[in-house]
Amino acid sequence: MSCILDPAQSLALRRLLESGLPLLARPYQHLARQIGAEEQQVLAQINQWQQQGLFRRLGLVLNHRALGFTANAMLVLDIPDALIDEVGQRLGREPLVSLCYQRPRRLPQWRYNLFCMVHGRQRERVEAQIAALLEQHLLSDLPYQVLFSTQAFKQCGGRFAPASSGASAHG
Amino acid sequence: MDELDRRLINRLQLGLPLVPQPWQVLAEELGSSSQQLRERLQRLLDDGTLTRFGPMFDIERLGGAFTLAALTVPEARFEAVAAELAAMPEVAHNYRREHPFNMWFVLGCASLEHLDQTLQRIQQRTGLTPLNLPKEETYHVGLYFPV
Repeated sequence: MSCILDPAQSLALRRLLESGLPLLARPYQHLARQIGAEEQQVLAQINQWQQQGLFRRLGLVLNHRALGFTANAMLVLDIPDALIDEVGQRLGREPLVSLCYQRPRRLPQWRYNLFCMVHGRQRERVEAQIAALLEQHLLSDLPYQVLFSTQAFKQCGGRFAPASSGASAHG
Repeated sequence: MDELDRRLINRLQLGLPLVPQPWQVLAEELGSSSQQLRERLQRLLDDGTLTRFGPMFDIERLGGAFTLAALTVPEARFEAVAAELAAMPEVAHNYRREHPFNMWFVLGCASLEHLDQTLQRIQQRTGLTPLNLPKEETYHVGLYFPV
């Protein structure tokens, strides 16, 4: 028995997984039957994809607004280029920061190159946490802004262009 | 939502173990049964508390392209532009934010070319020029919402 799937089976498996993992006692056995493979082959393929970084985990997408996480802040900072990796890594290690990315400046309209997402239940608390974070990292004197979201128009986690649905959605 | 729902959501945010009978493992951890956990999860998906369960593929490693983009939308047209974007399959989510750039959205496309076309289409349909801010470096991805 081969350990991995042939290319057609592999593609078929990825398509099936785009709609999520079936909620069955033996989900991989069920998937294997649909593509004419063995349960162990499906597990091995999914494990290989995970090792390769194609996805991070078999996890959840929460409707965070429905769960009360309505204070959604995007903290943007203008960090000198020479420091951005160091500052990005430091802020990224903070439990408060759920996502941390470098993005390009677009002068003159947009000067900020470091983006951190902070989610909480209460705006005042999130504001205070961000202020404390900046102070702790000696960043309070650099240009920054905190953009709170006030309305969500579309939040669908994993639905994109038809060919690539089921992908992670943090831009 | 009760205590078991909460524990299930928190645990699943860390990922389901990759074994033949993953729910059995979780049932032992959470003091529940495989079937009960699956029923709970199905209900949380059905009522919209959760929007998805399963692997989230990294679209960029699959040859796709993502970006974060923003628009400055005149207040009188805000709802109409939001509706225009909501109808586009490439738009993953869209938020109003308190800033002169008041509309922020993520685009997920099959390729860089498709992404460029999508940005152009938004410009043509809205008459507004998107600020295009693709990520250049990822320092941390760790969405976790303890409930």
